[in-house]
Amino acid sequence: MLSIKHLSASVDGKAILKGVDLEVRAGEVHAVMGPNGSGKSTLAHILAGRDGYTVTDGEVHYMGRDLLEMEIEERARQGLFLAMQYPMELPGVNNMIFMREAMNTRRKSQGKEAMDAVSFMKLVREKAKLVKLDERLLKRSVNAGFSGGEKKRNEILQMALLEPLLAILDETDSGLDIDALRSVADGVNRLRSPQRAMIVVTHYQRLLDYLEPDHVHVLAEGRIVRSGGMELARELEAKGYGWLLDEVAA
Amino acid sequence: MGSSNTEVEALMGGEYAQGFVTQIESDTLPPGLDEAVIRTISSRKGEPAWMLEKRLTAYRYWLTMREPEWAAVRHPPIDFQAISYFSSPKKKPQLASLDEVDPELLATYEKLGIPIEEQKTLAGVAVDAVFDSVSVATTFRETLAEAGVIFCAMSEAVREYPDLVRQYMGSVVPHKDNFFAALNSAVFSDGTFVYIPKGVSCPMELSTYFRINEAKTGQFERTLIVAEAGSRVSYLEGCTAPMRDENQLHAAVVELVAMEDARIKYSTVQNWYPGDDQGRGGIYNFVTKRGECHGDRSHISWTQVETGSAVTWKYPSCILRGKDTVGEFYSVAVTKGHQQADTGTKMIHLGENSRSTIVSKGISAMHGSNAYRGLVRVAAKAENARNHSQCDSLLIGDRCAAHTFPYIEVKNPTAKVEHEATTSKVSEEQLFYCRQRGLSQEDAVSMIINGFCKQVFNELPMEFAVEAQKLLAVSLEGAVG
Ligand SMILES: Nc1ncnc2c1ncn2[C@@H]1O[C@H](COP(=O)(O)OP(=O)(O)OP(=O)(O)O)[C@@H](O)[C@H]1O
Ligand SMILES: [Mg+2]
Repeated sequence: MLSIKHLSASVDGKAILKGVDLEVRAGEVHAVMGPNGSGKSTLAHILAGRDGYTVTDGEVHYMGRDLLEMEIEERARQGLFLAMQYPMELPGVNNMIFMREAMNTRRKSQGKEAMDAVSFMKLVREKAKLVKLDERLLKRSVNAGFSGGEKKRNEILQMALLEPLLAILDETDSGLDIDALRSVADGVNRLRSPQRAMIVVTHYQRLLDYLEPDHVHVLAEGRIVRSGGMELARELEAKGYGWLLDEVAA
Repeated sequence: MGSSNTEVEALMGGEYAQGFVTQIESDTLPPGLDEAVIRTISSRKGEPAWMLEKRLTAYRYWLTMREPEWAAVRHPPIDFQAISYFSSPKKKPQLASLDEVDPELLATYEKLGIPIEEQKTLAGVAVDAVFDSVSVATTFRETLAEAGVIFCAMSEAVREYPDLVRQYMGSVVPHKDNFFAALNSAVFSDGTFVYIPKGVSCPMELSTYFRINEAKTGQFERTLIVAEAGSRVSYLEGCTAPMRDENQLHAAVVELVAMEDARIKYSTVQNWYPGDDQGRGGIYNFVTKRGECHGDRSHISWTQVETGSAVTWKYPSCILRGKDTVGEFYSVAVTKGHQQADTGTKMIHLGENSRSTIVSKGISAMHGSNAYRGLVRVAAKAENARNHSQCDSLLIGDRCAAHTFPYIEVKNPTAKVEHEATTSKVSEEQLFYCRQRGLSQEDAVSMIINGFCKQVFNELPMEFAVEAQKLLAVSLEGAVG
């Protein structure tokens, strides 16, 4: 589904990614861990198509297409979803209307009919309950004045509505209380299917315990320096990154 | 991130769709202004002597005045002798019916989407159309006449309803008020007169459509709306002009008078030609609009959507003279390219328990400069006056500017005056976020902008709210490659 080959990228002339290789097949859940500043969000942003990054080497294919050639919205319409580490605020833009627009754009690209306001309202209420998002937040402006945790839940709500094929979650678990963490994990697990895949960026083992990823990767200094299973995540939780970086350097 | 700002700006750089010129023979006075010109205007219009006298008094006063410089706008000095003060389409005098209107002219209004032919009219909207200096058609006159409503060209009102015009013209905006008001009082060409008798709710929306066609002419229209006790009226004006390299002057005066319990709602969708990308050409829009809530419990509400003009200088205001009067100002002003706007309102509280609300939304993109200038004055005898002002600015890109100048003068300790201001930006991050959810860049920008303007659009009559949204969208059209 997603194939990243030797991806290198820089920001303002500073090299951040230095040859990332990653294969994600449909049905898989991949966890990406790594020290602060190692390039995890950079990777997520490049996959989503955000401006400001220069790809200096490598290639990325998504569903058989050259991902880097696709516009941001085209990637989204083809089922790529990024739950952001810092979701943006859109003052004045009603949350419910925003989600409906997003939903209907996605449906249109799938050849489905637009959803009418009433059915959408029902659906969104249902999903909001699942991710335990206060219904009142639906009537407010997108993320404007939301607490950190509310923003994260709002991202998961959108994910649940859009049902992406490839979901990238960038530290969606950071800043969540324990109950919210569980509902986010439930939301992700509910979405799991043989057709879908996920890349979950996290610093904590707790989320991974709920998700039981198929693969765990460590991104350090712009490269994936180690891949393994849940045992790798446990080892990192116990020992930190130092030993691994030493081993890599040796 | 630089590249993205350019994209946003490209979005804002939509073409001006109303920039065509109508090929029509017109009768235009040569440029220049002196007493002889004023006498000519007056006689062409068949005005009574008192009207000519009023004009000459204003002109003589204007000669002693200087063009104001305090506004936060910049433009080369205007050569008042280079402007023609009167232009009218040639084939016209005294139309008995619409059938006699020049077909070219009808075609022009059709192109602009103005429902000048009655059968095509939006249900319940009566239209007066002012082309250059002359009013060319007024629709639905009979229906209105049955209700006792007068809705006609100002030049006709001067002849047909001299007592009313004499009583009220200049009563709210005297010629001494300011430089452009004095100029208008001297040379005003046409405009609209509306009179709503006691207790009558005007049976339809009234609307005037202004268009400048002729090169090097100024448009100086004069509008007067008088709402007698207990009456109600909603009025809308729209404006466009062809694209030309030189600047053209538009200096209008609008006066509203609301008697006891009367209610006037005045909405403007202003889309004069803004000039090209380099800042060449465009309309100088210097307008004095003021309403007087004369009677107790009267209510005047101004709503404006200003997207056009090279330079706008405009402060629709309310004098809240009666007790329990209400004044409102809802504004969206967009400046892009090299447009400049200095706009806002004045709320003058004289009566007890008078209340006012100000909601101003300024949007600047590219090199646009947008200033809000508002005055809230509470006089000593205005017990319990209330004002709430909210001024929000939205910036698109790094080279535009927004300024807020709130002036508050309170002479009564019971007054409650609140002012809130915010400035925000349409950022690369926001657009990325929207696009990541599948929205196109165009939809994302218009969603953010419409969200920002919602409070004001809600105040417009329904069909015009849609128009206003479209107008904003038109500037975004076709810009995404
Ligand atoms: N616009 C930018 N300009 C300069 N440096 C940048 C920019 N964006 C990212 N960086 C740098 O790139 C590096 C990687 O950042 P990134 O956000 O990808 O890290 P991360 O792995 O997500 O870290 P964290 O775990 O703290 O979220 C950091 O050193 C960061 O400072
Ligand atoms: Mg990060």
